[in-house]
Amino acid sequence: MGSDVFQPGITAGRLDPDSYAEHFSDLHPRLDAHEALVAADRCYFCHDAPCITACPTDIDIPLFIRQIATGTPDAAAKTILTQNIMGGMCARVCPTEALCEEACVREAAEGKPVLIGQLQRYATDHLQEQGIHPFSRAAATGKKVAVVGAGPAGLSCAHRLAMLGHDVVVMDARAKPGGLNEYGIATYKTPGGYAQTEVDWLLQIGGITLQCGTALGDGFTLDDLREGYDAVFLAMGLGGVNALDAEGSDKDGVRDAVDFIADLRQASDVAQVPIGRDVVVIGGGMTAVDAAVQAKLLGALNVTLVYRRGRDRMNASVFEQDLAASKGVRIVTHAVPVAVHGNGSVREIEFEYVDDAMKGTGQTLRLPADQVFKAIGQTLIGDGIPELDGRKIKVSETGRTSVAGVWAGGDCASGGDDLTVTAVAEGRDAAMDIHKVLVG
Amino acid sequence: MADLRSEFIGIKSPNPFWLASAPPTDKEYNVRRAFDAGWGGVVWKTLGFDPHVVNVNGPRYGAVFGADRRLLGLNNIELITDRPLQTNLDEIKAVKRDYPDQAMIVSLMVPCEEEPWKKILPMVEETGADGVELNFGCPHGMSERGMGSAVGQVPEYIEMVTRWVKANTRMPVIVKLTPNITDIRKPAGAAKSGGADAVSLINTINSITSVDLDLFAPEPTIDGKGAHGGYCGPAVKPIALNMVAEIARDPELHGLPISGIGGVTTWRDAAEFLALGAGNVQVCTAAMTYGFKIVQEMISGLSDYMDSKGIASVDEIVGRAVPNVTDWNQLNLNYVAKAKINQDLCISCGRCFAACEDTSHQAIAMSEDRTFTVIDEECVACNLCVNVCPVEECITMEAMTPGSTDPRTGRVVQPDYANWTTHPNNPSAKAAE
Repeated sequence: MGSDVFQPGITAGRLDPDSYAEHFSDLHPRLDAHEALVAADRCYFCHDAPCITACPTDIDIPLFIRQIATGTPDAAAKTILTQNIMGGMCARVCPTEALCEEACVREAAEGKPVLIGQLQRYATDHLQEQGIHPFSRAAATGKKVAVVGAGPAGLSCAHRLAMLGHDVVVMDARAKPGGLNEYGIATYKTPGGYAQTEVDWLLQIGGITLQCGTALGDGFTLDDLREGYDAVFLAMGLGGVNALDAEGSDKDGVRDAVDFIADLRQASDVAQVPIGRDVVVIGGGMTAVDAAVQAKLLGALNVTLVYRRGRDRMNASVFEQDLAASKGVRIVTHAVPVAVHGNGSVREIEFEYVDDAMKGTGQTLRLPADQVFKAIGQTLIGDGIPELDGRKIKVSETGRTSVAGVWAGGDCASGGDDLTVTAVAEGRDAAMDIHKVLVG
Repeated sequence: MADLRSEFIGIKSPNPFWLASAPPTDKEYNVRRAFDAGWGGVVWKTLGFDPHVVNVNGPRYGAVFGADRRLLGLNNIELITDRPLQTNLDEIKAVKRDYPDQAMIVSLMVPCEEEPWKKILPMVEETGADGVELNFGCPHGMSERGMGSAVGQVPEYIEMVTRWVKANTRMPVIVKLTPNITDIRKPAGAAKSGGADAVSLINTINSITSVDLDLFAPEPTIDGKGAHGGYCGPAVKPIALNMVAEIARDPELHGLPISGIGGVTTWRDAAEFLALGAGNVQVCTAAMTYGFKIVQEMISGLSDYMDSKGIASVDEIVGRAVPNVTDWNQLNLNYVAKAKINQDLCISCGRCFAACEDTSHQAIAMSEDRTFTVIDEECVACNLCVNVCPVEECITMEAMTPGSTDPRTGRVVQPDYANWTTHPNNPSAKAAE
């Protein structure tokens, strides 16, 4: 604990340098070879394995673990990446406790699943660190596809299309590719610039042109793309954020959690990122937890995560909730923000307790706050996009939209959880469907 | 990906991984699943004449487990196919027709007379099968009826039957050998003399896996009694490797193709059999433990290994280790090694200490803070510490450089090769000329 943790207001450098380094190192250090063999040995090589069914990208988990166990981690990596080209990132950020590892029969038997996520990382790192890209392109088809958004869905789609012999142009609004992998995930989950490393590795397939700093409606329209390309894949994610419906929410110190997370990810020195002494995060999803945990890691003295419903309704997994609690984040449930108090800058935020039906109880709670992060959901923005289903682009199983020649996937499309791994699966499946349509 | 295509005694298969004649290859349904899963070939479960045999209606298998209930050894008392001959023949024909690129070998066991062999061979030929394997190996049940290992234990019978078979078919003939003998080279030599195109080994080993201590009966127990079965699985691999190597390095048997069988579970096991002279491998227990999908790991693993070594074809591995299999009296007695413990990897369990202190040469020191170090003055490089250490690569054997002094013997390590045949302690040593 540095001497500046009690300093009120929003300041940088609350901790000593060693604490920053420790706080923002790997959440799960990579398994070494011995640990990987011990972990791999526990896999039973189940038939029609439940872990495969639980994986949105259907990675053949028993096979890749057996390949690790028999001393061929590069073969294991190929097994993983054939199904999920971003298997490296998914190994780091997937909520495995709610996917493959929850389904593991050893979770049922002993409450201790095989360490699937960590084994996956062991294998993919082993291959990628040698610079090996085990895929090559099919003969050129002469077809050209536009992909909007260089996040997990867009890059997964682009890679598969490139592999099948199509030329792909990927456009992204941000300065760097990667989407939420680069801008939206907690720093400690993907340290060492892995998001860019993975993108660089993925692009080794060839045939993919990146155009950063250009967005749908800001540089080009969907009609432009339909005219200039044989197919279009929309994967621009959710660019907007929901507004906070509380009096005084425009005060200084109140900001979107996604911006805080992005700034932190792009910071060259986390010690230079200012953080409040008293921080309140509003929301109950992964973004809320990522913001709250990182506020704590930056040296905030008091971090409170406030969610309007019960813990069982939180989108953040139990693992994430426990992680937040273990870092000292206080979780308050059944409370909705009603007013932000302060003279210019936020000093306190007031909540009203609500029941399970979200009905106000009249009871209130006031929390001191130098900084308030809103993590209450993101929204799709863009004009002239295909028909929506609720608040997202309506898509078929294979990502087809209401507009001929236009597919969509990832967070901007309906269906599926908003997870990296789901986006990768949707991008891959759309690519296969686009290929089918383009070459028959 | 490396080219795994295999050609064994003229029989082509997409990879060198065949399923051995056993329950997994007893029916069309299983064999189709096997080929769909990627197996390069199968040896159909042994056929005999009708009336077909019957099996017990109780447990047929017994097992030996390692840690975490890993199946290390399997024992069985199942007999040859218990389905009508024609049913099997029809199914073999149907499968071969649909899978022309996979190898289809038919295992046979009929009485030890020429007529039955003369009769069954044309029936097999008619199926379009690629070859036959003569089951001279089964150690239980059939051997009581003068077949299986009862033939395989008498070289003269092997030679005689093999000769009959070769005289009565155009198909390549593989003779499957039993390990329940004293010198595997004798039955292999008999098969060769009889004209066999290849031998396959090992069949299962006579065994009782365990005893039920409430019933006082061997397992598997059938109504209170048990009979010995045939043992297979990872536990028998070392026995099989040795027998394969014995044949491969014998000057008389040199060049006799071998199909390696016995505990092949991973690509590495398969590669080891190939290196010791097997032209391909046959697998059973691994498939019975994990399902047919296991072959995917064997394929990717062997391919990765070949790529990493720059090996272009399976044949380049075959026999590559044979020149390095020798007799004890040819080992270099001037070679001196010492154990070395990597302190960064050591987890201080002390197993090496217990093994060395209690049962070997008192060559490991243990400090107050549980640091374990090798005492070079005592270490004979026996390798026991390496074998009991739970951490891979933590203890290694380091060769001493010639010219340095072995602190145990006080002698300078010599650069030249010298074996027991010239050693002064050998009463029959001949002085080097």
